[in-house]
Amino acid sequence: MDSSRRQILKFFGISTLAMSTKPLLDAFAADPAAEGAESKETFLAGPEALKARQWAMVIDTREFHSLEDVEPLIEACHSIHNVPNLPIRRHEIKWIWETEYKHAFPMKGARFMAEELEHRPFLVLCNHCENPSCCRACPTQATFKRESDGIVLMDFHRCIGCRFCMAACPYGARSFNFRDPRPFIAETNKKFPTRAKGVVEKCNFCAERLAVGRLPACVEASEGKVTFGDLYDPDSPVRERIKTNYTIRRKQSLGTEPSIYYIV
Amino acid sequence: MLELAIRGSKKYYGWMLFLLSIIGVGFFFYLKQLDFGLGITGMSRDVSWGFYIAQFTFLVGVAAGGVMVVLPYYLHDYKVYGRVTILGEFLAIAAVVMCLLFIVIDLGQPMRVFNVPLYPSPNSVLFWDFIVLNGYLFLNLIVGWNVLEAERNNVHYQAWVKPFIYLSIPWAISIHTVTAYLYAGLPGRGFWLTAILAPRFLSSAFASGPALLILLCLIIRKTTNFDPGREAIQTLAKTVAYAICLNVFFFLCEIFTVFYSQIPEHMDHFKYLFTGLHGHGAYVPWMWASLALMLLGIILLVNPITRKNEGVLAVACVVIFAGTWIDKGMGMISGGFVPNPLHEVTEYIPSVPELIISLAVWCVGFLVLSALYKIAVSVKEEVGT
Amino acid sequence: MSNRKGVIIGIVVFLAVVTFPFLYNRGKAAPAPEVELTEKAKAAKQCVRSTDYMQREHMKILDLWRHTVVRRGERIYVNPQGKEFNMSLSNTCLDCHSNKTEFCDRCHDYASVRPYCWDCHIDNPKESK
Ligand code: SF4
Ligand code: SF4
Repeated sequence: MDSSRRQILKFFGISTLAMSTKPLLDAFAADPAAEGAESKETFLAGPEALKARQWAMVIDTREFHSLEDVEPLIEACHSIHNVPNLPIRRHEIKWIWETEYKHAFPMKGARFMAEELEHRPFLVLCNHCENPSCCRACPTQATFKRESDGIVLMDFHRCIGCRFCMAACPYGARSFNFRDPRPFIAETNKKFPTRAKGVVEKCNFCAERLAVGRLPACVEASEGKVTFGDLYDPDSPVRERIKTNYTIRRKQSLGTEPSIYYIV
Repeated sequence: MLELAIRGSKKYYGWMLFLLSIIGVGFFFYLKQLDFGLGITGMSRDVSWGFYIAQFTFLVGVAAGGVMVVLPYYLHDYKVYGRVTILGEFLAIAAVVMCLLFIVIDLGQPMRVFNVPLYPSPNSVLFWDFIVLNGYLFLNLIVGWNVLEAERNNVHYQAWVKPFIYLSIPWAISIHTVTAYLYAGLPGRGFWLTAILAPRFLSSAFASGPALLILLCLIIRKTTNFDPGREAIQTLAKTVAYAICLNVFFFLCEIFTVFYSQIPEHMDHFKYLFTGLHGHGAYVPWMWASLALMLLGIILLVNPITRKNEGVLAVACVVIFAGTWIDKGMGMISGGFVPNPLHEVTEYIPSVPELIISLAVWCVGFLVLSALYKIAVSVKEEVGT
Repeated sequence: MSNRKGVIIGIVVFLAVVTFPFLYNRGKAAPAPEVELTEKAKAAKQCVRSTDYMQREHMKILDLWRHTVVRRGERIYVNPQGKEFNMSLSNTCLDCHSNKTEFCDRCHDYASVRPYCWDCHIDNPKESK
């Protein structure tokens, strides 16, 4: 009895160990050298890929006056990324949307603000934070900060749908697929996947476009009102704008270091 | 000993069948949820955790509450608890089983739950919660089972069990601490962002867990030949009394900090729960009821005259269990999500399927609990203590 | 044991039930499916790797691809012959194998595997609406 118990304990111990080393073993298995002569395969980033240490965005909100000014940007993003349009607000999915100053910057408003500013549409999206609390919370690293360019991404294959990241994001940037999104995509962009029910999604800074040398869709659609570039390149357009304008970020005091800057 | 769980009276079978039938209905709705997605619940983009996670949080507390009998018995050799310790351990097992189920049914992609151990992420509190909960289940199974089996065979439990017993005590504290850290470490959620969250969780756990245990003891005494003992019940009642006092005290500490500092990010959640915010206040009556129940519980339990009357004691335990349940199983989670990070109010009302599934999980817990208690009580009756 | 008879009957029934599918299908194995190649696939002669390798390892390659694209941001695959491919299920694999039903599904159905690729990836990017 006693020894069989010990056996069981051993079994559990070993299987826990095995589970925790599985990714390590996978890494070895994926190592081309381990597969023998058949596989001398390599991977490249692609010649036109845009590179940065940390992508950042500057939104010149002074240039946006009405919904008509922001809608093309939202539409550009949502249509190419197959973001569904769900009928029930509870299930809503959005990557980039507009809101009023008091919601974009709660607790940061002045009283008796200019009416124009109070009702100006502010674009909000994932901030691709430099110190993202969402990635810290994820139990599977399904959402992660990409080392190569600082984009906070989702690995939809891995996400278990626990929604811890949604609770951890202080900007409400994340949406959950409460149901199969496919029936609610007006026109599917066949070059980009949709999502399955049960996973979390959000803005990906158009990682798929940067990889082929194109700027994010919203930036392209903004006709210069939104600037995009490398935060750590002193000559980049975003640095230029940050240097020559007073900019603010959402909830700076939380230490997540958002990469979206607003000129107000 | 397992055979004891399947040999029972008609009443026992009837009860188990009753539970199974509710579980069956719940399972049917769960299949619907699997098919449709979590959209069949009342959760939303803004309130992304709801009833399931709230039940989970509450039940971690019930599980941790078991330590209130384990600790005095094993650490201080408090003999009176000899009869109820096993009941505490088995209650913890049933509660942890419910916790794990609530986590799994809350997942959007439950088939992928093993991604958690597959891609260990020590940064994530949920990863640690996964470890401590499973560990606690494992510890209680080892300890409870072995000690009970030894008792049946009229021998002292083996020496190797001892370290597990000692380990299970801090482990019980850890499960609820880690569960509190799930919430307390999130920037921008002012309701949870407080160092007193873990102590608050623990104090409410040490009230609700033992309160349930007292009720179970009273039921066992009524329905079987085993008497857990009046003195054990009375001591447990004192534990509940002081734990619920602490819980209310911690709550008042929180209220002071939040409302004296007047920081809106922290204050607005309390306002939403207790007075309503921007015209939304579905939880207001519940929250006041919870507070009233807890205060009533204090009055009934601190006062020795009422405490010593077992009828009143039973009422007090129900009152406290209900009060802490509303506090944690309803207000604690949705309160943290309203208002949302953009300071908009989206209310959360659980849907009917969601409630049925939750009820079914509770029934699974009671099924496990009944089987385990059946075993424990049969052994106790056998050895004639 | 007093109820030996019951136990034996139980075992017999259990065995009968468990082996029923095997006995029932005895001797009539379903024929292995043939996968169909499109003209484009035929013309290419070789997939990204040898046919034999693809038959055995295509799922591993796909897994490696998705990992590399999603997590490392590298999108170009260079095979041992030095040929480059865009690592994309919908845009590269299905560009050649545009007949998913005759190519992917046939084997998967036969082997009773249900990869969840198509929950998200669009199964035929060339299809025009
Ligand atoms: S905005 Fe939210 S989702 Fe985006 S990186 Fe920051 S914390 Fe994460
Ligand atoms: S929902 Fe997905 S991405 Fe978010 S924390 Fe859970 S596993 Fe990670």
